[in-house]
Amino acid sequence: MNTITPPQYLPDNTSDTTRLTRHFRAEKFDFWSFFFSGLTGLATLFILGILAVILTNIVINGWSAISWHFVSTIPKKDFFDASTTGVLPMIVGTTIRVFVMTIFVIPVGVITAIYLTEYAPNTSIITRVIRAAVNNLAGVPSIVFGLFGLGFFINFVGKNMDALLHNPSAVWGQPALIWAALTLAVMTLPVVIVATEESLKAIPPGLREASLALGATKLETIWRIVLPQALPGIMTGGILAVSRAAGEVAPILFTGVAYYMASLPLHVTDQFMDLGYHVFVLATQSPNIEQTRPILYATVLVLLLLTFALNIVAIIIRARMRKKLRALG
Amino acid sequence: MGIHRGHRARPLEWLAEKFIFLVSLSTILMVFLIFLFVAREALPIFLGQADTALIQKAIPPDQLETLSPAKLQQYLDLTPQQFVTMDRETLKSLMELKQDAQNEIPEKFRNDPDARANTTDWHYLLLPHQWSGYAKPEYIWQPVGQIQKYNIIPLLVGTLKVTLIGLLFAVPLAVGAAIYVSQLARPRVREIVKPTIELLSGIPSVVVGVFALLIMATVLQKIFGYQTRLNAFVAGCALGFAVIPVIFSIAEDALTSVPRAYTQAALALGASRWQTAWQIVLPAALPGVFAATVLGFGRAIGETMIVLMVCSASVMSWNIFDSARSITTTIAAEMAEAVSGGPHYRILFMLGALLFAATFVSNMIGGMVIQRFKLKLEGKR
Repeated sequence: MNTITPPQYLPDNTSDTTRLTRHFRAEKFDFWSFFFSGLTGLATLFILGILAVILTNIVINGWSAISWHFVSTIPKKDFFDASTTGVLPMIVGTTIRVFVMTIFVIPVGVITAIYLTEYAPNTSIITRVIRAAVNNLAGVPSIVFGLFGLGFFINFVGKNMDALLHNPSAVWGQPALIWAALTLAVMTLPVVIVATEESLKAIPPGLREASLALGATKLETIWRIVLPQALPGIMTGGILAVSRAAGEVAPILFTGVAYYMASLPLHVTDQFMDLGYHVFVLATQSPNIEQTRPILYATVLVLLLLTFALNIVAIIIRARMRKKLRALG
Repeated sequence: MGIHRGHRARPLEWLAEKFIFLVSLSTILMVFLIFLFVAREALPIFLGQADTALIQKAIPPDQLETLSPAKLQQYLDLTPQQFVTMDRETLKSLMELKQDAQNEIPEKFRNDPDARANTTDWHYLLLPHQWSGYAKPEYIWQPVGQIQKYNIIPLLVGTLKVTLIGLLFAVPLAVGAAIYVSQLARPRVREIVKPTIELLSGIPSVVVGVFALLIMATVLQKIFGYQTRLNAFVAGCALGFAVIPVIFSIAEDALTSVPRAYTQAALALGASRWQTAWQIVLPAALPGVFAATVLGFGRAIGETMIVLMVCSASVMSWNIFDSARSITTTIAAEMAEAVSGGPHYRILFMLGALLFAATFVSNMIGGMVIQRFKLKLEGKR
């Protein structure tokens, strides 16, 4: 047998440049290479350092000011007073607006992604236009979404609903929870579409072929085979959309957020208080910034924790679903 | 299409598939609606229908019959919907109110030529104007007061100033980090560093704003020793943090997608890792890096909360240590006090439409460059 054995010094995984270069690297020490490599490394370190400074600064300052009383109290009108203030209505407001948003954005985003991966002919003009629209939607400034929410949802849809329902005073044609949630849904649509599309593409075509070969229709295949497999990916899209929306303030400025409300929002046409907006108010409108500083940090910490908490819940659901799928398969 | 795969769709499924198609058109519809409704609210400015002149020729109420409905509606600053609901008596009393208002204008404005000017005219929006009491023609944005001044040039300058500082700060850092992570770092370092930098994009912009307001402003003032603590420079640097993850992840993607063969060939010829990265990989990925910068620009120009928190006075100045007010900030700060349907409200929507157009173009360019770059790497072009 004269099989040719590959030379032993060649690593098996030739796609891994780092390992390859260990064998082929130039021996000579080059000062400028060292210098510039170090510079890029410093740039990376600098970015990481800033991130670390921001996070530790918030955690250290916020942790000392946070208490159970703080997160469970509905504040009085003067919420700059550190001893009596609380952020319960803001936590509730932010959670509800994000939750209502997912009800709208996930179905539309998932269906669009299904069309793009399962049905759309790759070269047709309509597919390309949809993709261009998704890309453009992702880049529209958040304040423009706010203007859109005001111009379309409130001044057009809401006012016309009021006229149709013969409401004596404006019920729908004013800033409200539902309009803020819908505005955010339009904003996060591309996030859900892109994440779902990625997870749909990752499913091996063999699964679809097998289902079709057994006589299932295309829609049955998508509903029973493709979607259950893609569920963790869809969840990821939802997580990304939620964490993006939870921290956004600009789109809700004119569409539903309130400076102060004595009660929690009870109806979709109510206004609401919001954590991100509250952070902005505390930072810029306070009569005495030194006294407000502890509650400002505490509120920022709650906002960050809430974003992470929403993430963690979604990650747990995702992990369970993976396990279930594995048991099935 | 020789082989028939699966069963033919049943009638109900056919309907469902049509429904899927229709829903997928919603993204196109949304982009269209955004443009339509932002532009719709700004339309009277573009058509020259808004009139802010303080002194107008009052029409006596008894001449109601002689006016055409369109002219009457414009004279009374009414929207078509409002106009339809009003009867003759209401219109007449509105005309009387208007006449009274004209009679009550303070004496000092009587002889002021500015009081007769419609300040939403494009001359006033774009060109410097010598307002009464000023020594020379100036660009002024001052939307409140008896005579409203709507020159948008200070806002454009403010936006560009803050955005460019942000990009000057973010692009070298982000591209440097992208080169390091994709070309020079060990795989294990890379696996940790990449998601960590992308974590930065998960921090809400109000939080970055708070950090800039409380910490960065003080630190930067100590280093550079300028006068005003909150200025365009601080806002620009904070904006840089917000766009670093955007630029980093696109540039890193582009650098990573350069074929391994390029790198391996260069290394085999004796180039160092840095020489390979700088002279081979970066030039090959340049379109991607360019696109990252363009998309970062789009993100920076549209960022609202950071600039709103850090600086907000509208000053016509190119000095980076002066305050600046960007377009986004203006919209966010002034929309609440603008009367719905009034000239100020319309101008803010016009600024929104401008912003939308600017990001639309930069996204188009960025997207197209990336698409071409990918096709080229796949050898299809």
